[in-house]
Amino acid sequence: MTSTTVDERARTYRAHARPFWRRAVLTREAAIIGILLLVIFVSLATVRNFDSPLTVTYLLRDIAPILLIALPMTLIIITEEIDLSVASIVGLSSVTVGVLTQAGWPFELAGLAAIVVGVVAGAVNGFLVTVVGLPSLAVTIGTLALFRGIAVGLLGTEAVTEFPETWTDLAKANIPGTPLPLIMIPFAVLAIVFAVLLHLTPFGRSLYAIGLNKEAAQFSGIDVGRTKFVLFVMSGAVSGFAGVYFTLLYSNARGENAMGMELQVIAAVLLGGVSIFGGRGALHGVVAGVLLIGTLGSALRLAGVTSDIINVITGLLLVLSVVSASLLAWLQGRRAAAAGKRKNARSVASTASV
Amino acid sequence: MSTATPVRPGTSPAAKLVSHVATARESGIVLALVLIIVVATLNNPTFLFSSDGFRDLLLTPSLLLLVAVGQAIVIITRNVDLSVGSVVGLTAYLTGRLFIDVPGLPLVVVFIAGIVVGGILGFVNGALVAYAKVPALVITLGTMYIYRGINVAWAGSNRVNASDLPGSFRDLGTGQVLGIPLLTILAVVVLIAAAWYLRNLRSGRELYAIGSDPAAAHLYGLKVNRRIIGAFVTSGALAGLAGVLYAARYGTVASNAGFGWELQAIGAAVIGGVAISGGVGTVWGAAIGAYLLLTINRALPILGIDDFWQRAVVGALILGAIVLDRVLAVRQSRKLTAERETGR
Repeated sequence: MTSTTVDERARTYRAHARPFWRRAVLTREAAIIGILLLVIFVSLATVRNFDSPLTVTYLLRDIAPILLIALPMTLIIITEEIDLSVASIVGLSSVTVGVLTQAGWPFELAGLAAIVVGVVAGAVNGFLVTVVGLPSLAVTIGTLALFRGIAVGLLGTEAVTEFPETWTDLAKANIPGTPLPLIMIPFAVLAIVFAVLLHLTPFGRSLYAIGLNKEAAQFSGIDVGRTKFVLFVMSGAVSGFAGVYFTLLYSNARGENAMGMELQVIAAVLLGGVSIFGGRGALHGVVAGVLLIGTLGSALRLAGVTSDIINVITGLLLVLSVVSASLLAWLQGRRAAAAGKRKNARSVASTASV
Repeated sequence: MSTATPVRPGTSPAAKLVSHVATARESGIVLALVLIIVVATLNNPTFLFSSDGFRDLLLTPSLLLLVAVGQAIVIITRNVDLSVGSVVGLTAYLTGRLFIDVPGLPLVVVFIAGIVVGGILGFVNGALVAYAKVPALVITLGTMYIYRGINVAWAGSNRVNASDLPGSFRDLGTGQVLGIPLLTILAVVVLIAAAWYLRNLRSGRELYAIGSDPAAAHLYGLKVNRRIIGAFVTSGALAGLAGVLYAARYGTVASNAGFGWELQAIGAAVIGGVAISGGVGTVWGAAIGAYLLLTINRALPILGIDDFWQRAVVGALILGAIVLDRVLAVRQSRKLTAERETGR
């Protein structure tokens, strides 16, 4: 562990060269939170019905699966891997719940089985990436097709729509006295667990080390393979849970459920300031990123803009967010270079005068 | 070849050719493809031995072949293009609109328009990737949304119908020469041109160098940015061509044309032995991968497997292909190490 601590001290030192307010305010995460607040204020002022509690409820219900899956996805991308199969795991878990409920299993057991299916699916990804040593992009494109294929194959064109009412009501219920849906409680718990895990434990810090330099992390005593395996299993488990919630929310288990959600999750995570190169990112930025995409979509829908424009805006936001990061880095580099040149010129001038 | 001098076994050109063909990564998938066709034909002779069956076998994968060739060129440079499906959709709708809005337009103009628009969309991807130094995965994920969104906003719930397209254009989709569909011939010509370019031209070889080690390629003085932009423009232009042909083949174009093709194209390239980490593979492999993918789709129902399982089979195939590549690479590197050790 010694080499990582040295590494960290060096980096902290440079970061402390700037005043505190700059370090706190001029970050990607703060920028995303700022844009989110701006969108909320503008929508409140200009969009009718945006402030109604129903809007908040529906918005949070719909993006809850994305919020949930974005948590483990953040950790995976920080280690410079990616999991494209999450939406297929949601579909597979949804079908599992449907098939087992139809077969007469009690719902609690069916839901548990679906989460176990998610864990197994995540373990398959983890095994192929860490033990066989394949790039996660290729592996999860394969399992994206495989898991979705199993889900569609199991149910065909059928859909299971009969679920115990107590459970579907629970999925649609709000926290008493607030417009917040009940799913926000498990989300908040998971978010705190993941935030503590990522930011305050040696395991979480090791993820950054792996993302920055895998070899160095390995040499400093981090079990890179095991760490990544655990992350993929976590991602599978959370996706399985999101699948159960998805099924209950729409009272519908189909193989096609949550098609294309993997890209929404990844877009939100990257928008939230996580670097696709690994080693950089924080959970509050990611949560703000998911909320930003969701809020923008909801406000535009209320304002009567069709969903295709929302897609264009999601795409533009994603491209702008990454390009602006590159642009800022380039400008900073130029400024530093210019400052260095000035200093050099001054020292040359002073030595010349002496 | 003189017969007098004894030839060491395995060194004659013929033997070299045989061993080259036998060990080529592409041979494995050709074998798999042939196997599937044979088994499917044994179960149901019309799969191959009927004019419709034979035509479908050649025609259906031709469009994906074009997209997969472009995708393979991009992947060889260690990038990826997720926006191709949206480009196909956009250019297919553009083709229909051109015929509706400008009656009497020559076919050539429409083809050029599709290819140029595809190329421009590809250029946007390439320029962003090359100059902003952002991974292609992120950029093309964004442009995938943007292009598809523009397409949906433009088309709305309108669709182009077969009756909107001139007969001469529709004939392209169904026409044949000597029993071989025109679209297949076009796709194969593009494939051969791309394969020749990648194998023989300096700039083609540079794509492999960039994919193997971008930093080294830059230090060596290769024009990395220009080559990467070129690869994306090619991929976009081929997707644009596929979009025009899509309109010719299917006649109806709705705003979801080409949806999900990006993953099929990447799947085809990966199955064909193009390494996702760049620098390895040929467009031949990607092309055969495309044929394998879509032929399996058609063969499954004949083999008595519900066609709902298609995607699962495709997934298993992709995983099998990358695991196989990994095993071969490990074996190769062990062999090289052993040779070096004994050579000392």
